[in-house]
Order: sequence, then C-alpha cells, then structure tokens
Amino acid sequence: MRTTSSITLNHVYKHFGSFVALDDVTLDIQAGQLAAILGPSGSGKTTLLRTIAGLETQNRGSLYFGTEEITETSPRERNVGFVFQHYALFRHMTVLENIGFGLKVQRRKLGLSKKDIRDRAMRLLRTVRLEGLENRMPDELSGGQKQRVALARALAIEPKVLLLDEPFGALDAKVRKELRRWLRLFHEQMGITTVFVTHDQDEALEIADQIVIMNHGKIEQVGSPGEIYGQPANSFVEEFLDISENPVPANLLASRVASLPRSFAFGD
Amino acid sequence: MSTATAPLSNKVLTARFGRVIQRDPLWMRAGLIGIAFLYLGVLVFLPLLLVLVAALGKGVAAYWAAITDSAALDAIKLTLFVSFSSVSLNLLFGLAAAWAITKFQFRGKGLLVTLIDVPFSVSPVVSGLIFVLLFGAQGWFGPWLQAHDIKIVFAWPSILLATTFVTFPFVARELIPLMQAQGNDQEQAAITLGANGWQTFRHVTFPNIRWGLIYALVLCNARAMGEFGAVSVVSGHIRGQTNTIPLHIETLYNEYSSSAAFSVASLLALFAFATLGMKALMERRLSREGGVRRLDTRHNNEDIFRSLE
Repeated sequence: MRTTSSITLNHVYKHFGSFVALDDVTLDIQAGQLAAILGPSGSGKTTLLRTIAGLETQNRGSLYFGTEEITETSPRERNVGFVFQHYALFRHMTVLENIGFGLKVQRRKLGLSKKDIRDRAMRLLRTVRLEGLENRMPDELSGGQKQRVALARALAIEPKVLLLDEPFGALDAKVRKELRRWLRLFHEQMGITTVFVTHDQDEALEIADQIVIMNHGKIEQVGSPGEIYGQPANSFVEEFLDISENPVPANLLASRVASLPRSFAFGD
Repeated sequence: MSTATAPLSNKVLTARFGRVIQRDPLWMRAGLIGIAFLYLGVLVFLPLLLVLVAALGKGVAAYWAAITDSAALDAIKLTLFVSFSSVSLNLLFGLAAAWAITKFQFRGKGLLVTLIDVPFSVSPVVSGLIFVLLFGAQGWFGPWLQAHDIKIVFAWPSILLATTFVTFPFVARELIPLMQAQGNDQEQAAITLGANGWQTFRHVTFPNIRWGLIYALVLCNARAMGEFGAVSVVSGHIRGQTNTIPLHIETLYNEYSSSAAFSVASLLALFAFATLGMKALMERRLSREGGVRRLDTRHNNEDIFRSLE
C-alpha cells in the first residue's frame, strides 16, 4: 500500500471580496479515510476542497498533511490527486497521454524512462478498467469513462491524498450509482485518504466513513453517517438531511457498500 | 378522442409553423444566390480584376520593371520587415494580454479589455498623430531623442510602432473568447499534476489555442501589410527609405505613373491572396479537428464490475 496522509486544517478562513467562503474551518481527516463534504450550493464545500489542494489560497489559518505543514506549499508541490467536476481532461491528448501526463512533466525528478511512464499508465488504465481505450481521445469517451480517466490521471503521481469535486455530479443516475459503489471498493483497495464534495446526502451516507456538513462557510457537524443521523448537531443538519420526515434511513444505512465482502480482485 | 400521434407530415408542419424553409421556390433561391454573387462580383472581384488589367496595360515588361524598380524593392523589403516584426510583437503582447485577462482576477481588468479595443475604434490617422506627438521633434520625447541622436518619426521605428499599434487587437481579441470558453480547469489539473508554468503553457494551453492563434496572426499580417493611414502620418514618405508598399503605390499614383502604381498594387493584392489562402487552409484544419468523432459505445460502464464478481 502506498503512503497516505491525514489532512488537518486549523482555523482556515477564506473570503472572495466581501463573500466569506470559509469561516474559521478546523477539520481533521484521518489517514486512509473516505470523507464526504456535504452541503447546499454556496456553502463553501468546493472552496474547502480547492484550499486543501492549494488551488485557492486561504487568507488565514494553516494546513497540514500528516505532520508536514503545507500552508505555503504551492499546488504543484502538494502532491494531491485532484479530480475536477467536469474532469478537465486534456482534449488533445489520448487517454494514455492524459494518464501519463503527471509522470511525464515530473520525469526528471522521478527518474523515469518513457517506457516506465507508459507501463505505469497502462497499469492504471487496467486498474480503472479501461483496457483497450488507451488511444482514444477524451471526446470519444462516455461520462463515466472520462471520470475514470481523470481518476487514473490523478492517481498516477501517487498522491498523498485524493480530492474529488462533485465526482458524480455530471453523470446520469444509473452510472452514478455504479460509480459510487465502485469508488468505495476502489478506496478500500487503494487505502488513500480521499475527500469528495457532494450535495447529495445519499451519496455521502452510502460511501463515506466521515461526513463533514457545511453551511455558509462553516462546518456544522463532523461524524460518521450513523452519528450524524443519530445525533444531528443542530436544526440545520436536521433540516438539510430531512431527518424529521425520514427519521431512520435504515434502507440507506443497510445498503452501505462498506459492508460488502472484501474479497474482490482488482486489475493487478 | 384523438388517435395516437403519427409522425407529423410536412403538410401539418406547414399548417402549424408556416412555410417550411427548405420549400422555398427555385426562383427565390436562385435570386438570392445570384444577388450575393453579383454584389461580391461588382464590389470585390471586378475592382481586383481591373487592378490587374490596369497593371498589365503597358505590357508584361513594364509590369516587371515597375515591381523590380529599386524604390519598389525597398518598399517591399520594408513592408515585409515591418509586418513580420509587428506580427511577432503582437503575438507576444496579445498572448500576454489574453492570458492575464482570462487566467487572473485583478482590478482594472475591464479597463484593460477596453484599452485593447482602442486601436480598432480610433482612426488610423489619429493613431499616427499620437506617435508624432510623442516622438516628433516638437513631441514629448523629441528633445531627448534628438540629444541622443535617435530617430523614430520619419524612420522605420515609427512605422513599426504605428503598425503594431493599429494591429494590436487582432491576437488578443481572437484569443480572449477562446481562452474564456476553455476556462482554467485544464491548467489547474496540469499544475496539481506537477507541471510548471512553461510545461502548462507548452502542453496544455498552447495546443488548445493553436489554430485560433494562427488564424489571428494571419489576419494581423494582412492588416499590417496593408496599413496606410497611420504609417502615412509617421513615415515622411522618403523614397527608398520610409516608403512601405501602400505608400509607394500612392506616391506612384500621385506622379501619374498609374500603370506602375497598379503593378505594385497587384503585388500587394497577391500577398493578401496568399494570406487568405493560408486562412482557408487553417479553417479547414480547424473544422476537421473540431469535428465530432465516432463514438464507440462498446465499452460500457457495466464492465467496471467484471473484476468484482
């Protein structure tokens, strides 16, 4: 298993002009966890994710990966795998070139030959079950396939943490359900600390170990799905999750894929 | 009760939405196409043809003499030098401006966008006068320039400055909407993957704007070669030294050597046609690259679970 880090944010504050996007956010995500940031649109969840990646710079506060402080580290050197909501695949490169891009630009630093890069990209292609598509262009792929190319590309640099912005937002309902189950299983296989943003509570509930509920730039509650549904911290959480109308989402808790048998084999 | 809806016939469509467009009568189609051709023929093709006829009016030998005359050759050299240099400068500055406007947030962005358009909205004559006011003998920097023996106005530097100024918006104007439409996601993805600024530009931004950029350069070049007004003000019309092709044509015309004027004019038109030909090639290339590719649906999402069974 590769090395992965915990993520710690201490009193992080971010504003855009007069709009406060993150208001004194303190958060701890343990190494190897799958965490969901859940909240209505405009609650600051994507800003939080982008701040962890370094794509936004906080106005105050500090960030750590494990014990290493990354407050001032550029996104280039943070070694995060980031999957964008609309994938942001490089349109003029093939699937394989997309996946190998991170290795190619860091070739000298990592001491890789062209063949090493190709081999690693091919291995990742198999990991995300896209064998045979290496020479396709992104425009020739379905949404779910693009998503998996984006994931493989992010994983190629062996990131310390994996960050996904609304990973299933642009997919249709059926693919979405499949892909989120797959992400959960994939996460268990890779063991990498993963944070994803969503506005869909079912999604968070079904696959996350830890749910972070945000509203107006503040964290309202952090906890396991059971904790959050069992003891909502305040009326916002209760209303946002519709707990009063649907007190025991037993069907959802029962459908958690985490409880599936772990005996599956991935590509290699 | 109505029966199940059958595919709507043309008759029904016509009844509901008025005339179906493809059903225009032949005479109307032929008429419109004819008018378009006639208009372009009279306004564009005929004058160009007349230039060529007038150019060859005194025979091929006179034509050849007119365009190989030493003053004409100097004008051609100057024009090629100025257009190449100003296109290069606009490539750099246009790219920088488009990059700054689309990739960064900063105060005064709106002002910058407006300023980029100034050369298009100001008359070229005024653009030329600006440089005379700045660098001319009576201008702001005039005394300093004279003291240091630097000649700008009535010399090639001012011709280059004026041409660059007038053609500046082409590159930036073409790239800004293109880069805006593409957003920053791909660049940000490249950065999180460890690419530095140059690698991001070289491997991600540039391939995405490549054809738009070349297209802009072609237009910029066409305008740079043909620029008359601004250059006319700053050049001083010194034969063999500060005459560009358009200025040389005017000089010849004013001296009543009209067939020589038309000969050189036909050469300028030829340059324009070469530019147009390049543009057409670019466009074909662009539409081929942007075309919809065959989508193969064989590889469905179902098979991501193959490994889980």
